[in-house]
Amino acid sequence: MNHFIDTFFNAQQILATWPAILKGVVVTLEIAALVVVTGITAGIGLAVLRWLFGRWIKWPLLVFVDVARAVPPLVLVLLAYFGLPSLGVDISGFAVIWLVLSAVLTAFVEEIVWAGLISVKKGQREAARSTGLTEVQALLYVVLPQALRLAVPPLTNRTIAITKNTALGTVIGVPEIINQATTAVSFSGNATPLMMGAFAYLVLFIPIIGFGRWVEGRFAWRRH
Amino acid sequence: MQSAASFLPSRAPGAAAEIQSVEPLLRIRDVSKKFGSLEVLKSINVDVSPGELVFLIGPSGSGKSTLLRCCNRLEEATSGSIRFDGSEVLDPKLDVNALRRRIGMVFQSFNLYPHMTALSNVTLALRKVLGKSGPESKTIAMAALERVGLAHKASAYPAELSGGQQQRVAIARGLALEPKMMLFDEPTSALDPELVGSVLATMRSMREAGMTMLVVSHEMRFAREAADRVVFMEGGVVVEQGPPAQIFGPDAQPRTRAFVSNEDR
Ligand SMILES: Nc1ncnc2c1ncn2[C@@H]1O[C@H](COP(=O)(O)OP(=O)(O)O)[C@@H](O)[C@H]1O
Ligand SMILES: [Mg+2]
Repeated sequence: MNHFIDTFFNAQQILATWPAILKGVVVTLEIAALVVVTGITAGIGLAVLRWLFGRWIKWPLLVFVDVARAVPPLVLVLLAYFGLPSLGVDISGFAVIWLVLSAVLTAFVEEIVWAGLISVKKGQREAARSTGLTEVQALLYVVLPQALRLAVPPLTNRTIAITKNTALGTVIGVPEIINQATTAVSFSGNATPLMMGAFAYLVLFIPIIGFGRWVEGRFAWRRH
Repeated sequence: MQSAASFLPSRAPGAAAEIQSVEPLLRIRDVSKKFGSLEVLKSINVDVSPGELVFLIGPSGSGKSTLLRCCNRLEEATSGSIRFDGSEVLDPKLDVNALRRRIGMVFQSFNLYPHMTALSNVTLALRKVLGKSGPESKTIAMAALERVGLAHKASAYPAELSGGQQQRVAIARGLALEPKMMLFDEPTSALDPELVGSVLATMRSMREAGMTMLVVSHEMRFAREAADRVVFMEGGVVVEQGPPAQIFGPDAQPRTRAFVSNEDR
């Protein structure tokens, strides 16, 4: 029992490591915020473009979406980090993790929002158009708000799932939480920093998951 | 509103319309529509004069909705001509959004925007299409809701309204743009029987206010008492059109009589 506590909850280790973990938390938060903003914006944007110009962009879009959803994010991260420099693109680990996770989130968001758009009744668009609204106006004011309502629960879940992949930054040296923790572990041979990393993720994501639940409850209201 | 032609038993499609003296507001000529190889409308001729209430009746699948939807270009006619208020509706260069400002449409399933209050349902097009300010569009929308007797429900969401109230808000949404004409596609078919009356009463008051209306409906009693003219369609053709007395009378064509008596039950 003492051995267990010493391995996972060593007080000295906690004191020594928490500044590094805190730095990791900041980096993780930065990446997560960038990924969420980029992915959700681009994903909604792509769904909107598909609605307005479906015929022209459908096939390239579907290729992107399917690749980004099918290939494990780790593979994409490694491919981008080790592949892009040999193509002459100089890119940091931070940028790689941001871009890759944003692309993956974009793909999922596009599909979720698209599913929302096509599940809004055809009559909604027709009613809007029949009052003289343009296609873009009908989409922005009538169809998209309803689609987003339907999309909020899966969108929240998916966003959380993908944002957790910031931990992949560790394999390409991005100093996020897990990277800080494993570095400390390799110096001390003690698992306490990893427990601290796990705890940091808990502290970060429990509120987000709670927020997701709250949003879900709110948006379910008035739907019939 | 009724011309001398109304008294002639006009058997040929469009015959009554051609003799009519008033320049029609809506003039549908030889309109055909195909969905792929399926010909849904076959050379339709119908006129609607200003202030007229014209009823479009016929069995399900006869092309009534399609004809209505061709009038505001929700559907593209394959050939023919539809003149409305001085412009050719089927002209590919026509500004459809400008056209739709002048023709309102009411749907069977109301199609109110569920995420907006009754008031916002009505103000949306006022603000975004006509470019009215917030306060001005609110004044206009409240007046429109007043006309359908629902000013007191302005802040209710569609889910909080009965079907009849929803349909009247949908009518107000159309009325607010001050269209020259309104198209109704089975406005009461989705309503519980006890709610039909309120919608018909609203339509009756619109007629009294001089609104031009083309109405697809199975409310035969309403057609009998309120319509200026009734058009009977079957299989994509106009079988017969004339005043209610003719269509619902003993001298109507056999197919018309068969349909009407079956509907009247
Ligand atoms: N978008 C469409 N694509 C293919 N066929 C259609 C479409 N809309 C209507 N139709 C067909 O056109 C015919 C007439 O339909 P509709 O105008 O809705 O008739 P009504 O309103 O008189 O019941 C029907 O056979 C229907 O199946
Ligand atoms: Mg129909």
